[in-house]
Amino acid sequence: MGFEKYSGSYDYIAGDSLQSIVNVAIALRRPLLVKGEPGTGKTLLAKSIADSLGLRLITWNIKSTSKAIDGSYVYDTIQRLNDSRFGSKVRNVDKVEDYIVLGQLGEAFISDEQIVLLIDEIDKADVEFPNDLLQELDVMEFYIPELQKIVKAKHRPIVIITSNNEKELPDAFLRRCVFHFIEFPDEQLMRDIVKVHYPDIKENILKAVLDKFYELREYNQLKKKPSTSELIDWILVLLKSGINEEQLKQKGFPFLGALIKKEQDMDYLTKFKGIS
Amino acid sequence: MFIEFYFLLRELKIPVSIKEYLTLMEALDKRLIRTSMEFYYIARAILIKDEKFYDSFDLAFAKYFKDKEIPLEILEDLIRAIEKELEQLKFDVPREFYEKLYSMDIEKLKEELRKKLEEQGTEPHKYGDQMVGTRGTSPFGAGGEHPGGIRIGGYGGMQLATKIAEKRKFRNYRSDRIIDIRSYQVALKKLRNLTRDSNREELDLEKTIDKTCQQFGEIDLIFRKERKNNLKVLLLMDVGGSMDPFADIVSRLFSAANKSTHFKEFKYFYFHNVPYTKLYRDIELETHELTAEVIKKLDPETRVILVGDAAMAPNELTHIYGSIHIWEETYTPGVVWLNRIKEKCPKSVWLNPEIVSGWKPYTRGVIEKIFPMFDLSIDGLEEAIKTLV
Repeated sequence: MGFEKYSGSYDYIAGDSLQSIVNVAIALRRPLLVKGEPGTGKTLLAKSIADSLGLRLITWNIKSTSKAIDGSYVYDTIQRLNDSRFGSKVRNVDKVEDYIVLGQLGEAFISDEQIVLLIDEIDKADVEFPNDLLQELDVMEFYIPELQKIVKAKHRPIVIITSNNEKELPDAFLRRCVFHFIEFPDEQLMRDIVKVHYPDIKENILKAVLDKFYELREYNQLKKKPSTSELIDWILVLLKSGINEEQLKQKGFPFLGALIKKEQDMDYLTKFKGIS
Repeated sequence: MFIEFYFLLRELKIPVSIKEYLTLMEALDKRLIRTSMEFYYIARAILIKDEKFYDSFDLAFAKYFKDKEIPLEILEDLIRAIEKELEQLKFDVPREFYEKLYSMDIEKLKEELRKKLEEQGTEPHKYGDQMVGTRGTSPFGAGGEHPGGIRIGGYGGMQLATKIAEKRKFRNYRSDRIIDIRSYQVALKKLRNLTRDSNREELDLEKTIDKTCQQFGEIDLIFRKERKNNLKVLLLMDVGGSMDPFADIVSRLFSAANKSTHFKEFKYFYFHNVPYTKLYRDIELETHELTAEVIKKLDPETRVILVGDAAMAPNELTHIYGSIHIWEETYTPGVVWLNRIKEKCPKSVWLNPEIVSGWKPYTRGVIEKIFPMFDLSIDGLEEAIKTLV
């Protein structure tokens, strides 16, 4: 099949469902919106897609102050004002294009090859932000009034958007996306993920580690449950310390600090649950 | 195709639009979907845009596809595909398999396929030599290496996908469940919207500088709304018996919201069934303040949130001396007190942890006429907050 391209990359394990959804999003030319608990690999997915397809990745990190237009281009008026008074050797004050700087979206559009564009944490911006992007993502072009010029995508970028659910996204925007919610990996998938990072890990150690890890995640009162990246760090510490299976099976969590990042959570576990 | 499925989703209050339905048709048209598992995941990715609807989708999927037979035309396609592939691979096929296949009639073939799918359970299958799946050497499946492998395309055999759907593992993401510890964080996020109640404006220095620069020094002042939280909140909770756990969760919820957003004023009291002359400071109903005093001191802009099941004997609500507690002097019926609260603070709501379908208590009907009533669920909370802000 011609459309089947993405199948995970060597350092990222994508479940079967995710693979087919990624491929459908690419084939339908729709942005892929990904949600999920922190640490389920939303951001890494874009990198994995880029690696697997051999394309360049451009990341647009959204902040609470981000505006949609910034992704297209920025007209640096202050620089121009400054140059008009004090002069510049590199820029010509009379030429407005010297003060137009393309944003990530603009970069992706003018690139000579297809790009994977990651719009990271779109929910951080203002509620209107996604709606302002509709035109750009639909027709893949934008207009720069200062230059009276239309910037059109040479190759339609593969757009991956992540959200942490902090704000509701507008319906009109959602209708255009393909959506996937990444569940927290179950033990089987987690096993595969750990093996990518530690191919030589012994089976009995891995089993003991995962049992402990999922036991800790059972505590629903934790403000921040340990996620995949914490598990990977924890295993590194455990392996370095040369711990054996017997020690792991005892009560308690050695090097708990690698798994629990919040002081409140640490207090909760040590004081109320007697875990150390 | 699947138009009834679309309407079923709409019936379950999932916001699916025609555009999304057409996108799914496009995906089918472009032959992007080849197995029932893919159909399940891809239909979900295209039609559903929030994990809180995953569970409803699972319900609809299981309901719609459970007893669906493989559509006849697809089955015929399947047979044709098998014949075509056999033709191509005639020389490589092990003789016994070739004979076995030709001795099977459609019914038998269907049966065999169904049996395999059921044996296989719900795990997607790869690289196997027995089961239906991808990249295997079994005679059934896609992309396989069995010399005479039959490609199973289309979306027959929905049983496999419905099995996934029937697991309903996204039940906990629903937003119309009554709030519990698990959905606590989400509820808290919704409550954060309960902020900002001010029309005062302050100078936006950054925007002013920006605008001034854009106009080459022509000064332009830009104002924005002040961000201070001026909201006052009064929480009144029904306690006693079955309501206790809810009162506990709600009071913790609002205290946490208060800590993060700092309401200008935040008070809470308890009552049993309905407030009468006294509002209690503790869940044991020991220390109290007079309801009349509390109401007198209320700022009319205060948002009053009452939590309770609104279910009691009618006389407890509407009759004089209605309280079941003998220590309360209750010449004034509870319903009058409720009306007084509503009159003083028009922006008030009632949250109810009891979800009713069909018959509802008489007293609930009476109270609903006084306060807008919402379910104590994420959805309900969201609606309630919209009413309050």
